[in-house]
Amino acid sequence: MEAPKGTHPMIKWLEENTPKLILAPSFIAVLVFVYGFIGWTAWVSLTRSRLLPKYEIEGLIQYERLFVSPRWDTAFGNLFVFGILFIAIAMILGLVLAILLDQNIRTEGAIRTIYLYPMALSMIVTGTAWKWILNPGLGLEATVRGWGFENFRFDWLVNPDMAIYTIVLAAIWQSSGFVMALFLAGLRSVDGEIIKAAQVDGIPTWRVYTAIIIPSMAPIFLSAFIVLSHLAIKSFDLVIALTGGGPGYATDLPATYMYAMAFSRGDIGQAASSAMVMMMVVFAIVVPYLYSELRSKDG
Amino acid sequence: MADLSSTSVPAESQAGKIALRWLLYLLLGVFVLFYLMPLFVMITTSLKSLDEIRTGDLISLPREVTFDAWRTAWSGACTGIQCEGVRPFFWNSVLIAIPAVAISTLVGALNGYVVAQWRFRGANIFFSLMLFGCFIPFQVVLLPMARVLGIMGIAGTIPGLIFVHVIYGLGFTTLFFRNYYVSIPSELTKAAKVDGAGFFRIFWSIFLPLSLPIIVVTVIWQFTQIWNDFLFGVSFSQAGTQPVTVALNNIVNSTTGVKEYNVDMAAAIIAALPTLFVYVVAGKYFVRGLTAGSVKG
Repeated sequence: MEAPKGTHPMIKWLEENTPKLILAPSFIAVLVFVYGFIGWTAWVSLTRSRLLPKYEIEGLIQYERLFVSPRWDTAFGNLFVFGILFIAIAMILGLVLAILLDQNIRTEGAIRTIYLYPMALSMIVTGTAWKWILNPGLGLEATVRGWGFENFRFDWLVNPDMAIYTIVLAAIWQSSGFVMALFLAGLRSVDGEIIKAAQVDGIPTWRVYTAIIIPSMAPIFLSAFIVLSHLAIKSFDLVIALTGGGPGYATDLPATYMYAMAFSRGDIGQAASSAMVMMMVVFAIVVPYLYSELRSKDG
Repeated sequence: MADLSSTSVPAESQAGKIALRWLLYLLLGVFVLFYLMPLFVMITTSLKSLDEIRTGDLISLPREVTFDAWRTAWSGACTGIQCEGVRPFFWNSVLIAIPAVAISTLVGALNGYVVAQWRFRGANIFFSLMLFGCFIPFQVVLLPMARVLGIMGIAGTIPGLIFVHVIYGLGFTTLFFRNYYVSIPSELTKAAKVDGAGFFRIFWSIFLPLSLPIIVVTVIWQFTQIWNDFLFGVSFSQAGTQPVTVALNNIVNSTTGVKEYNVDMAAAIIAALPTLFVYVVAGKYFVRGLTAGSVKG
């Protein structure tokens, strides 16, 4: 923009640089509070910090401690059990529900609303509800026993070997409707002409799905996978509300391990190193995705 | 998409088609029950007395409806040593969410406007850096943030929590507005510039009037995120400034006294009501935010 003659150079400079000045505070905030903080955590993860941070670098001692800790071992193993089951089942369920809902269902709007509402709830609310339902003494187990099935057992919540699956169950309940919404949008964007042509050729419906529709939704599978894996790695609230990491630390995840080290054990070095491992897992999944997204947009 | 079930079917399989249709509705119905069951159990449990909970079963309707549990949950249940129910914490969440949503939405709108319409060298790098910031697990910033809030003198305060939510909400709000504004032809901005309109004038009289849908999506997204947040709330609050999610967790997991399941359920519903309300009245925008947050571009 041409400033009129006689405008003070300072004002001219301001006008020319307004866009940059607007971005500057956010830019600085991101640099400091995201990248600077990651740097700080990375640094502290290399020290002997306990209750208070120390800044003398000691090498990988915290990571060595982390990898020999049985509690971390459980937490990291749980991340994979939970993550794989949660992502796989939520995706399959989401896809199946989307396909079922895509058959000209008269009450589709209402059903969709019901499938998706858990996504609006806090994980703490979800955890509270399922904790009550799964309560062995008064919940589902007692109810089914009351119906006459005296030997019915459903004590996953207090069984160290099974408790992690209650987290999977509640997480699927919370998020599968969202996956359904993603896939439903994908189904609706498939070119109807191709499908009609296939039907005219007498190709059976299930083949139309497996050969045409589902392969064309590859990008949606990818986004759903990214979002769900992101949810899985960050899962913290649900574990706290549903099992508190217990029985013992049978349902610890890296997120709850990190929190325990940081805020109740006073072991900042362990907290920092576990947070760094979490970040590396996230980045191993997300960075290739974002990289390809940003590239395809520029191209 | 085409209705696949109504393809040309021979007449003799008409009965099979109807059976299939029934099966379809049956399956959909089973899942309706699956998704509704926890909500149903929460509501009925919250309306029962403790005696009835101990003797009855999970899915029966209350024999005698009582709102005592709701009263206790709202203003009498104990969160640790404090016994004021979730009411003060509910208001904390309101006091945190409103300014945090307003500020992060406004800044995100301006950022998105710059990145989409005032391209300059570095703007894309800024956007990429911001996008990566959306994906970090927040555990990686908890420790330094606790220290910085202490240095700023806002540790354990509501302004401190507002600050944290604004900072880590900016990535998504910028993303939403950027993706929306990028579809507005840049000729519009160019023409306005030729006519002598400045940066803010163009934003105010051209972009803002077009922005209502994306503002609604962003506000709903941010509100849901901030209201439902637990990690920041539990890490950066202290007795008296906790948000409602933290108070709910404290009530449910408090180990002292008799376990009042009906109060737990009433408190959980109270904590869920604002976001459920938003979902029911503006579900379309809620879904759009969810999908916009995952499917970029």
